[in-house]
Amino acid sequence: MRKTVLFGALTVAGLAASAAAAGTLDDVKARGKLNCGVTTGLAGFAAPDANGEWNGFDVDVCRAVAAAVLGDPKAVEFVPTTGKTRFTALASGEIDMLARNTTWTFSRDVDLKFDFVGVNYYDGQGFLVPKELGVTSAKELDGATVCIQTGTTTELNLADFFRANNISYEPVPIETNAEGQQQYLAGACDTYTTDASGLAATRATFEDPSAHALLPEIISKEPLGPLVRHGDNEWGDLVRWTLNALIAAEEYGVTSTNIAELSAGTNNPEINRLLGTEGNLGEMLGLSADWAKNAIMAGGNYGEIFAKNIGEATPIGLARGLNAQWTNGGLLYSPPFR
Amino acid sequence: MTTISDPQQESFRLSMLLNDTRYRSLTFQAIALLVLIVSFAYLGNNLISNLRAAGLNISFEFLGSPAGYDINQTLIDYNSQSTNARAAMVGIINTLLVAFLACVTATVLGVLAGVLRLSNNWLVRKLMSFYVEIFRNIPVLIWIIIIFTIMTAVLPGPRDFRGDDATASMVLGSFAFTNRGIYVPAPIWGAGSGIVVAIFVASIAGVFAYRRYATKLLYDTGRLLPMFWPSVAILLLPTIVAFYLLGRPIGLDYPELKGFNFAGGIKIGGPLIALWFALSIYTGAFIAENVRAGIQSVSKGQTEAASALGLRPGRVMNLVVLPQALRVIIPPLISQYLNITKNSSLAIAVGYADITATLGGITLNQTGRAIECVLLLMLFYLTISLSISAIMNVYNNSMKLKER
Repeated sequence: MRKTVLFGALTVAGLAASAAAAGTLDDVKARGKLNCGVTTGLAGFAAPDANGEWNGFDVDVCRAVAAAVLGDPKAVEFVPTTGKTRFTALASGEIDMLARNTTWTFSRDVDLKFDFVGVNYYDGQGFLVPKELGVTSAKELDGATVCIQTGTTTELNLADFFRANNISYEPVPIETNAEGQQQYLAGACDTYTTDASGLAATRATFEDPSAHALLPEIISKEPLGPLVRHGDNEWGDLVRWTLNALIAAEEYGVTSTNIAELSAGTNNPEINRLLGTEGNLGEMLGLSADWAKNAIMAGGNYGEIFAKNIGEATPIGLARGLNAQWTNGGLLYSPPFR
Repeated sequence: MTTISDPQQESFRLSMLLNDTRYRSLTFQAIALLVLIVSFAYLGNNLISNLRAAGLNISFEFLGSPAGYDINQTLIDYNSQSTNARAAMVGIINTLLVAFLACVTATVLGVLAGVLRLSNNWLVRKLMSFYVEIFRNIPVLIWIIIIFTIMTAVLPGPRDFRGDDATASMVLGSFAFTNRGIYVPAPIWGAGSGIVVAIFVASIAGVFAYRRYATKLLYDTGRLLPMFWPSVAILLLPTIVAFYLLGRPIGLDYPELKGFNFAGGIKIGGPLIALWFALSIYTGAFIAENVRAGIQSVSKGQTEAASALGLRPGRVMNLVVLPQALRVIIPPLISQYLNITKNSSLAIAVGYADITATLGGITLNQTGRAIECVLLLMLFYLTISLSISAIMNVYNNSMKLKER
């Protein structure tokens, strides 16, 4: 009988793998809803508010895709995933796309068979310490106890950083951000490490954020972006170009307030093609001509989404930095809509 | 005239497989086996073809590649450059450690609580049923988290031990209770310490020899030798004498606050303590019920007969009731030991690096080899559980009623 259980588990895995092969776009249209994987709750990026409505930087990417495909930014089923469950959820077809501050790495792209469709936040791993500790550099953390979310790239970066600097540490693996916050505030670890944006978001929820500081070292490159399953290129293209549309909209000055006016037609052919008044880009994707207009209207262009959820005016208070448009010295660069 | 003769040799016909009771059961078993094999083959084939369709394969090569992550509690040599197989090994040892510790303490707690639940003292009896009901009826995961949370919230951090206005201090100058774990002095093995250890081991053997001799003497002559104090003396005196004669070869390495943490001594990590404690008290409540059932299964006549012979209540319990009760207690006790081992996989809730956290957690995540990792995990737990069953069954057989 024990064997039966074993093979039962294998079958489930097998069936799940087969479900992943169908056309995702058709599935989403038939379902009338986009299943989007997000975090279990990280302020600014994806967290449900008091009414149970999901809000955040990653959530707005999901909403933009839903608006592009279904014309309704509300037609999203948010599936909270942990660092551990996210890839299985995507590979098994439980979710159509994953927008969960996930780092684009070689092995995830190639070995785990996913397609990263772009980068919506250029991040790096940092350290959060209480100011009373008097630490000013991560290299002074010799012998420290470090809280770290398990199942993430940060775990490997941390090991590499401490090994490269020939200092020791003691890892405290934790499952969710909330748990890490509790351990850190109780003093069970000296420092908490994850992506710097995540640390800023976590610190914003502390009782006294000013008593905690981010160390200057950024020890890794963490390009975070949405991803889809490998092998369904039409769906991958769709999500990729929805993200590009948000970025391009900011570059061309298309915002949620002036989009109605601009979509009547402008002198800029690039904007016309983006908004569907010229050319047939929407048709090529298998969508209506106003797909990008819907996506932008869902939450605004990239700049608006950033400012609304994690920008300097919010409690998270992140500067644009690397995430500025290429025209402003940042790394955001959408390929042309043509 | 009738003669009794051997039944005529019937020739075997195919229909007998169904119609003849001698063969029918075999037929059905053969069919069941065939169906089982075919369905396994179908499921296995289905898995492999689906994996191939998804461009995946089953490969255990990842076990040989560097793990890349660090583990906070390692009983064997390990660093981030060690292989995934080594990380799994660290996890296996950690699982076995916590399972062993919890089995021992759960048994002690369970037997105590079980016996005391039948006490004549109203308060003790009620306290024990309170213990059993409270711990048995709340999931063990919640106990693990409660204990860990209380530990981190109530105990002071290492920072509190520092400076002139330290809010916390070490107990007896050598034990530090922090929210990261408990630091205790570690022995330093100097020259000649081997002799002291050898004498101590010999003393333990001596205690057993003495007790055996005393029992034999009791059975042969009826003379009862004192047991407790001579045992203690045999156990400790030679070792202490040797320790001082050899010039105190075993020293102590006291934990000391260095940098962020205590250094030196032995650290018993918070996650281990929380997990060990939670598993012990939780399973101890179940074992207490097993023990109570076992004791109550021994007929009251036995107790009365023993008392009539003039045995004191302690002896009645130890010599008459418990040996008979063990026959009822041991089989469910095996299940409880298996439960402890399997429940130890909840370790990840408090960041204890057991096999589920290393192989089934971080390695699985970093390599994405979910099916392989889960298969290995299943194999491990199956092996361990079957081994525990086998060992306990041997013990059970030795305790069984022996009919002479």
